[in-house]
Amino acid sequence: MRTLIRSLGELCITAGAVLLLFVAYELWGTGAYTQAEQRRLGGELTHDWAAPPPRKAPGAVTAERVRLGHGLALIRIPRLGKRFHYVIIEGVSVADLRKGPGHYPGTAMPGEIGNFVVSGHRTTYQAPFNRLDELHTGDKILIDTRSRQYTYKVTGKKVVSPGDVGVVAPVPEHPTKDPTDRLITLTTCHPKYSAAERLIVFGRMVGSIPRVNGASS
Amino acid sequence: MYSWLWRQLPGDTVTRVYTALVGLLVIGVLLWYVVFPWFEPQIQFDHGTVDDGGTSATAPPAPGTKHR
Repeated sequence: MRTLIRSLGELCITAGAVLLLFVAYELWGTGAYTQAEQRRLGGELTHDWAAPPPRKAPGAVTAERVRLGHGLALIRIPRLGKRFHYVIIEGVSVADLRKGPGHYPGTAMPGEIGNFVVSGHRTTYQAPFNRLDELHTGDKILIDTRSRQYTYKVTGKKVVSPGDVGVVAPVPEHPTKDPTDRLITLTTCHPKYSAAERLIVFGRMVGSIPRVNGASS
Repeated sequence: MYSWLWRQLPGDTVTRVYTALVGLLVIGVLLWYVVFPWFEPQIQFDHGTVDDGGTSATAPPAPGTKHR
């Protein structure tokens, strides 16, 4: 009997230790995966952008070939530090978001009229959008594509329920309206370490400049 | 359980301590690099996307972009 109780206790302690190790893995181990994927996708993007742009197919909206799970643009937010620099992935599946911030397929592309929507992890997987709550109105969000750099400015932020899809509409919260502005929306979970709500940051494009090929990558 | 395992280890105390440490390390590495990477995506609790009731992050909503 005593052996049984002792074994049970030992098993519980072991389970606790494994759980602690798993928490450590969630916080720091998952970041290694994102870091490796970001490095790979960043290299891929730089390589693609260095090559001459693909010929625009007749009737195509854009000459850029966008593939799910691959890099689409670069995002920088000076307020979050000089080192805040991520490759945006096309797609928002679990696998996509493990690689970095993801662009909602079907929403506007950078610089287009409509809403350029990007989602990212608040915690785990390098937590790209961990400090999104620190953004203030007027803060810059820089988006680099092959040919242009777009500057967006934060216009507001909001906490919504996870089902509030109105925020990703071409005109946020007015799903039936036709877009006239070039907008950006960043979404992430809220509060930290929870999925109870979503933190949403809205922004508007204020300018764009041609991007020198190969620079700032 | 652990006292039984300890008695199964060969050699004197020093050898046993080393064997036990190496064993722990191997288990830790296996958990970290094999078990956890497989397990983590299945219980993922950090969802950054918004959607209308579907399984989060797997089904992006039709955002109703108007293409003309």
